Amino acid sequence: MVVGIPSSPPLDDVFYALSDPTRRDIVARAVTGEHSVSALARAYPISLTAVQKHVAVLERAGLVTKSRRGREQIVSTEPRVLAQAHAALDALEAGWRGRIERMQEILDTTSEGGST
Amino acid sequence: MSVTSVHKDVEALTMRVEAAFAAPLERVWRLWSDPRQLERWWGPPLYPATVTEHDLEVGGTVRYYMTGPEGDRHYGWWKITSVEPPQVLTFDDGFADAEGNELEEMPSATVAVSLEEAEDGGSTMAITSRFPSREAMEQLLQMGMEEGMIAALGQIDPLLAES
Repeated sequence: MVVGIPSSPPLDDVFYALSDPTRRDIVARAVTGEHSVSALARAYPISLTAVQKHVAVLERAGLVTKSRRGREQIVSTEPRVLAQAHAALDALEAGWRGRIERMQEILDTTSEGGST
Repeated sequence: MSVTSVHKDVEALTMRVEAAFAAPLERVWRLWSDPRQLERWWGPPLYPATVTEHDLEVGGTVRYYMTGPEGDRHYGWWKITSVEPPQVLTFDDGFADAEGNELEEMPSATVAVSLEEAEDGGSTMAITSRFPSREAMEQLLQMGMEEGMIAALGQIDPLLAES
């Protein structure tokens, strides 16, 4: 499966989602197994509502999915490996985008052989 | 924006990014072939790279470390698998331990760089980065969750500060 990324908003969502340490931690937990929202809430010194909001942000960025099991809402990456691959490739993409921006800055700021 | 396209193939664990520069081919090649220039773009802003070995020959090694905000050092290496100046460079890209020793001989990614002259006198650069295995991908993800992601986020901080 080849996934084309014609525009940046999805990546922006991923960046935003991962800019918060609690959300990064939720993703790290979801990668290694399924957790209910209420179990996650017990893991952090924040309210259930706050955890639900974090999960919603992660869901919008496609980093986690939420499913209902009985009375519990289960947070998982689904399918797990694919989500891992996406996250890893997103990290790779973000890294190279930054590098290319810095390359451009170097080319812009050195007179050495560069065209204007 | 220099980046012209990004393609990710999740099943092949491959990411290809293409960029266009106004500078001529030879100039863009020096970003890779001159270690002092490489240092200026390889590491994210909070983790500048210091290149300690730079042997762009087949079988040659590039060694570097990145210095973090706390003075923490993160060592890495490239093993050059092909080089055809000023157009082709491929290498295995891996991590090393705190002493600079390679970790388990396992690259975290393989990287292929291809430069082409553009018709307008500028150049295009294609970079294909591939995880050699699920294990390598998971290793990067584990380190990435803590380090790589934070480093990647560090790259957008200056942009946010400007706006």
